Amino acid sequence: MNLTRREAIIKLALLMGASAVGPRLLAGTFGDEAAAGARGILGAKEIELLDELGETIIPATDIPGAKAVGIGAFIAMMVADCYTAEAQDAFKRGLVELARGYGERFGTSFLRGRPADRTTFLNERYAAQRQAGRDRSADGNFTWVQGEPWTWPVPHYLTMLRELTVLGYFTSEVGCTQAFRYLEVPGRFDGDVPYKKGDPLFI
Amino acid sequence: MVSPSNQKFDAIVIGSGISGGWAAKELTERGLKVLLLERGQNVEHVKDYVNALKGPWQVPHRGRDTIDDLVAHPVQRRDYILNESNREWWADEARSPYVETKPFDWFRGYQVGGRSLMWGRQSYRFSDLDFEANAREGIAVDWPIRYADIAPWYDHVERFAGISGSIEGLPQLPDGQFQPPMELNCVEKHVAARIRTAFNDQRRLIIGRTANITEPLQSRVNCQYRAKCWLGCPFGAYFSTQSSTLPAAVATGNLTLQPFAIVTQILYDRDTQRARGVEVLDAETKLTTEYTAKIVFVCASAFNSTWLLMNSATDVWPGGLGSSSGELGHNAMDHHFRVGAHGRVEGFDDRVVYGRRPTGFYIPRFRNLPGSEARDYVRGFGYQGGAGRSGWSREIAELSVGEPLKEALQEPGDWRIGMSAFGETLPYHDNRISLDPTVTDAWGLPVLAMDCSIRENERRMRVDMVNDAMETLEAAGVKDVKPNDGDYTFGRGIHEMGTARMGRDPKTSVLNAHNQVWDAKNVFVTDGACMTSASCVNPSLTYMALTARAADFAVAELKRGNL
Repeated sequence: MNLTRREAIIKLALLMGASAVGPRLLAGTFGDEAAAGARGILGAKEIELLDELGETIIPATDIPGAKAVGIGAFIAMMVADCYTAEAQDAFKRGLVELARGYGERFGTSFLRGRPADRTTFLNERYAAQRQAGRDRSADGNFTWVQGEPWTWPVPHYLTMLRELTVLGYFTSEVGCTQAFRYLEVPGRFDGDVPYKKGDPLFI
Repeated sequence: MVSPSNQKFDAIVIGSGISGGWAAKELTERGLKVLLLERGQNVEHVKDYVNALKGPWQVPHRGRDTIDDLVAHPVQRRDYILNESNREWWADEARSPYVETKPFDWFRGYQVGGRSLMWGRQSYRFSDLDFEANAREGIAVDWPIRYADIAPWYDHVERFAGISGSIEGLPQLPDGQFQPPMELNCVEKHVAARIRTAFNDQRRLIIGRTANITEPLQSRVNCQYRAKCWLGCPFGAYFSTQSSTLPAAVATGNLTLQPFAIVTQILYDRDTQRARGVEVLDAETKLTTEYTAKIVFVCASAFNSTWLLMNSATDVWPGGLGSSSGELGHNAMDHHFRVGAHGRVEGFDDRVVYGRRPTGFYIPRFRNLPGSEARDYVRGFGYQGGAGRSGWSREIAELSVGEPLKEALQEPGDWRIGMSAFGETLPYHDNRISLDPTVTDAWGLPVLAMDCSIRENERRMRVDMVNDAMETLEAAGVKDVKPNDGDYTFGRGIHEMGTARMGRDPKTSVLNAHNQVWDAKNVFVTDGACMTSASCVNPSLTYMALTARAADFAVAELKRGNL
């Protein structure tokens, strides 16, 4: 006899000391935790810019976009914690370059820019990066070959920006529960479920 | 200063992982008062699974490694195991170093439960193809047991641990006492049918046999398909010491569990030619205590069990307890892997899966079986793999930013299928581990030096491991099949085995057919150290069965007055 998902969650809640019972638990969400500090690598102004850059990459649609999940603070934390000083410097310089480039192209700051112009601008930048053949540069996953020195890749700042935005958004509570259907306790497995475009995807 | 304990025990079990947990259960259930010693901290079932219920958004770096973690874990960072959500469960490399005479990845779990908390849970039986191989091929020494000796013990441990799997009738992969199997997904079923036809049923893709229960067992809840096993399961749905053997041992009232207890040596009595107990260093206070018992079960994980033997009775044998054959520390094995193939499957764009299944598929060994064409190497390999749709982290090069990117990433990507081979490593005498007295750990104890490598037989096998994977997937109609030709370092399989092998002759082996040390018959070594050959299947289930068998024998011998 297998348990239903609801029975299993109640059993789980009892196992965990019943401190977490409630509608949120049954909905499969457990609340958010504040992001850790960014250790001062990127400041408030840069976080503000990153929020807008992130929103341009993953904009609000029928569900919230990257800015609503605090993408700027997330990226700042990741840059501070998961990248070398060299990569951090390259990323900071990249942000300056993006801001400068936007001003030259549109005559105003990125923060004040029109959403359509921002999208055009970033698409141009990514197209140029692809053209330069750098789209497949190191992605932040470190690899090590036995016997060879440990190397610390320095990803291109545009690669970092998009990857961290996508990562931060789709692993956020909004991403998991609105862009997708994340269930903490699926309760069963079905290996053959009909799907049509637009259905929310189980993750 | 060593102070004797005034507590009396019938048996001491060293190590609380898969093997030690089984030893504690079987011995306490037979009425023995057991002291279970664990070098690391306690981990309480459910209560200490602090990250088990966090959503992805509650994991600060979302699974990415931080620079601090990478710097602090120069060994763990070599493989997938470095993870901010369970890094406390992997041994602290700075406090417990080891020497790589040749490159060696050693991934250890120093806490109550050991690696049973984080293991891969794949559970397969050895067959007589494995137990007879050394004798048939004149390699190393013969196993002192055959499948018939261990089969009832496989039955016993499978029923209690809870192994789900399918009945297949394959002689090279004996069936067992399984709970209902988990389900292949639609693409895996399709590929399995194509493989079966293309290879005339000589290759078979089956669901992985896994220590995740699909029906309630004891007080454990069946798997809820969360696939977060490595964080500890609040449902107790996968086998671990905590979910399974420890509660059974505790329920007898005969168990004393002592964490932070580093056993530094087995105390050997020359007159009786028996162990009289163990010396324990408290990992926190650094005080030393002696405990005595009638029997000692060494289940400290393969190489640490051998470390302990090497560090014991050195006044009698310079090479340590069990070294009289000259084989202690030799014949180290692992499973070599990281090669296979992957590709794309068409025709299932309107199908997805529900739930996160904690196992993949398995393709049992099909090379060098009796009656099949002999390859240019001996032994064989099995594949482990899975099929699934790529997700939001896939590259969509043509879409840079904006709404089209967001919407595309919300859709499932291609169906991908991939598999990686696990190959048998032969027991080479000069693949050895030894004590290095010039390097000590945080407690001033000498550490192990690893001097192991794969050889020509494994290298030849790896050619088939790639080519057969590509051939199998292509025959099943998989598109864009590409090889995986990854690097492998000895130990990376986390299936380290051997160094105190079982055998028929005290001159050429460390342990007899019942895992007794030839040189001290009340000392039993039942974890991976005892293995005489490696097979190509995941070994933990065999450690469980050998441990239960040895415990039953030990208690019978005690009752007969032989120990």
